Amino acid sequence: MGNNNNDNNSAVKIVKNIAFRIYRWDGANPDDAPQMKVYEVPVYKGMTVLEGLIYIKHYLDQSISYRASCRMGVCGSCGMMINGKPLLACQQQILKLETDTVELRPLANYPVVKDLVPDLTRMIVTHQAIKPFIIRRETPPEEIGGEFHQSVEELVNYLQFSYCIKCGMCMSACPTVGSLPEFHGPQPLGQALRYINDTRDEGFEDRLAVMDTAEGIFRCHFAGACSEACPKGIDPAFAIQLLKGEIVRRGIFRKKAGASAALMPLTQENPPRRENIPTPPPRTVE
Amino acid sequence: MAKKNDLGIRGWFYAGRYGPQRYAYTIQRITGLSIIVYLLIHVFVTGSKIFGGETWNRVVIDGLVGNPVLHIGEFLLFMAVLIHGVNGFRLMLVELGFFLGKPIRNIYPYETCLDRNRGFLYICGVVIAALAAVGVGDFFKFI
Repeated sequence: MGNNNNDNNSAVKIVKNIAFRIYRWDGANPDDAPQMKVYEVPVYKGMTVLEGLIYIKHYLDQSISYRASCRMGVCGSCGMMINGKPLLACQQQILKLETDTVELRPLANYPVVKDLVPDLTRMIVTHQAIKPFIIRRETPPEEIGGEFHQSVEELVNYLQFSYCIKCGMCMSACPTVGSLPEFHGPQPLGQALRYINDTRDEGFEDRLAVMDTAEGIFRCHFAGACSEACPKGIDPAFAIQLLKGEIVRRGIFRKKAGASAALMPLTQENPPRRENIPTPPPRTVE
Repeated sequence: MAKKNDLGIRGWFYAGRYGPQRYAYTIQRITGLSIIVYLLIHVFVTGSKIFGGETWNRVVIDGLVGNPVLHIGEFLLFMAVLIHGVNGFRLMLVELGFFLGKPIRNIYPYETCLDRNRGFLYICGVVIAALAAVGVGDFFKFI
């Protein structure tokens, strides 16, 4: 961020002052009631909410806590409720909000640790439970000596869902997660489809046992808030509806999973290649 | 030590700056709850029959039939069942993966299934409006 210490020599032009109303609660003193503190922040064009928070931390109040890392929407650390909607603070420009007050609260549907820092354990634990990795029935992954054939169509079938950065904002937007804490939520369920739609995977039954419970996937009623909140275009609501359809079809028609992707061994002498693809450079390590 | 911060039941009703599907969810909850409340009252009123025909006549025929407040209540019930039914039909299809499109490469600005489903939602809205118009004509013809 530029020099925004109200210095006249500053290169950035301050457009206006905006009040940040920030949720403050210290986990070390749990008996204290949460309060909203107001900070005046000089805002320049293009300044993000995260930069506003960094300004407050530098110049106004060192005791404020928030989580952030990459500053460019990749790490998923700085998710918070900005004017009532879960957004990444690093991607949301302050002036684009078109309000004179920016209200920041910690992500809803997660316990608060301190100020704007949520505890994402709930999402991570469920995400682990749905086995977010390729499951092969016959050969353990470490013994697979080759590459799987997969067409472009097969790739597009799951590619969209594989960009999840685990920021947890979909869980925060979901009204069902809000009233039923046991519900798995959009992030783990969306990731379940990412692996089930992958032709290399054979773990549908394993994941079904986790998902198809009383508090599982069929509690979703397509509010669609998760897809709107997702900063990466994962579309978890879409993934969940596709998965529900798949579960019902496999249940009613006793449909078996399609053949999983064929293996192309690396040891093959002359593997088939398209002609317009250049050959790779020689190996540098053995 | 961490503090609980769930949206709770409040989260069902406050849809904030979300899109029409999120509001449809809220309306589905409200109409569903009102139909359940009606059902309880309905069972209670109809249950007066067990005290004999006299009680039934006094409670239902004299007390309820022709009561203008009840007539409006009946219309509200009709609206709740209509909205819940048509939107529920949409949800049944959508939740099986229909009318949502196919997975795509997510290139910014991202397109979601909500965009692809919006047309279907609006068609359901038109169907509700048309049937509601018929209902208004039928319920309030005495006015």
